[in-house]
Amino acid sequence: MSDLSVEFDGVSKRYKYFSLENIHLELPTGSIMGFIGANGAGKSTTIRILMGLVHQDEGTVRVLGHQMPAAQAAAKLDIGFVSEDMRLYGAATLKWHMDFMRPIYPRWDQSYADELARRFDLKPQQKIKGLSHGQRVKAALLLALARRPRLLVLDEPTTGLDPVARVEVLGELMAALADEDRTILFSSHNTLDVEQISDQITFIDRGRIIDSDDKEVFLDRWRRLRLILPPDVVVPSLPGVVEVGGSGRLPVLTTNRFEPAMVSACNDLGATVQAVDTMTLEEIFVANVHSRRERLTA
Amino acid sequence: MHSDIVISQSDGRPMYLQIMEQVKQRVAVGEWAPGDEIPSIRQLAMDLRVSVITIKRAYLELEREGVILTQQGKGSVIAPNPNLSPQVYHDELSERLDEVARLGELLGLSSDEIARRTREAANRLNEARLNEAGLTKEIV
Repeated sequence: MSDLSVEFDGVSKRYKYFSLENIHLELPTGSIMGFIGANGAGKSTTIRILMGLVHQDEGTVRVLGHQMPAAQAAAKLDIGFVSEDMRLYGAATLKWHMDFMRPIYPRWDQSYADELARRFDLKPQQKIKGLSHGQRVKAALLLALARRPRLLVLDEPTTGLDPVARVEVLGELMAALADEDRTILFSSHNTLDVEQISDQITFIDRGRIIDSDDKEVFLDRWRRLRLILPPDVVVPSLPGVVEVGGSGRLPVLTTNRFEPAMVSACNDLGATVQAVDTMTLEEIFVANVHSRRERLTA
Repeated sequence: MHSDIVISQSDGRPMYLQIMEQVKQRVAVGEWAPGDEIPSIRQLAMDLRVSVITIKRAYLELEREGVILTQQGKGSVIAPNPNLSPQVYHDELSERLDEVARLGELLGLSSDEIARRTREAANRLNEARLNEAGLTKEIV
């Protein structure tokens, strides 16, 4: 068996006003990938292709060893999918939904479903239409988790949740991963959630993957260097600088290839390194998108 | 074992460093003794709602520093001789002092002036302690 749960190779999909170009994506089994992009970047289209809901024009997609979209029926037995636009039946209760799903999915775990209902503070007898947005998200997540899927695909699972519900949802996602064969892909524009629980991070912008790596690699490689330049000293040229900001004598360099040796290299070139700032995933994402867009228009 | 490790989102440092520091502090104050089992990587990840890779990173570095031992498939324990108690704090102090020197230089202070300000800070801390002790005495 492959140790990749999801594999995209050269996947493209073209619409009239939007296209997804040459997507490569690898998600190792047992890890969580956070999929980050602005609105309209192509997150949902990518996820729909992964689910076989949209057929790619080019390239191959393998999910849990199944070719998509050809083998989507077999693949879907093992994928739990929760998206914002997924509708539950308003007139039916949560219990009705559970009873509906139990015979379809062989690994349905009723005691886990009951436990999740308790932890999420959901009442199985309550009708879906009476639930708040947060409760609906939790209900959809419960129905996906109780199937014990090998792959969980979540499109914006934390959008619109209050802080308490967000912590609960993230906690259940982590708990689902206690089993090392489970894998999660979740898209978000909330970088804080992604930063906290993801092992792998993929940035997408304007239909292209702009960067994809271990989270720790991102957080290690990206730094902001605040320099003090004496008069007549030029900004030192350092590897991986994507942005030079600040003022003439006090430049701020953003690099995506930071190494501690850079500091002494700067000093040797006559510049004083006033500070080396770590960057949050959000700052990294924004700097990444900006530098990418600038290079494309240059 | 419940970990009780607390991660701060607003602490500027990377999460793996926060985890390392808190493990070391627990060892330094004797809460976690040599040979004690510590939470598995996945368990701690679940407790803290932090990615597995972050905990793995923290444990790898802790192992490299000789604070913990990890046995494949058996989990991690505190090393027999973690040998870090004063060193952790000395390293931390040196780092902060470097910071003080750097800020002092930015403000154009002489090294004597920086030393005087450092002494003042120590005195302030002592005074605060004495006041506190006085207060508790009154309450008692």
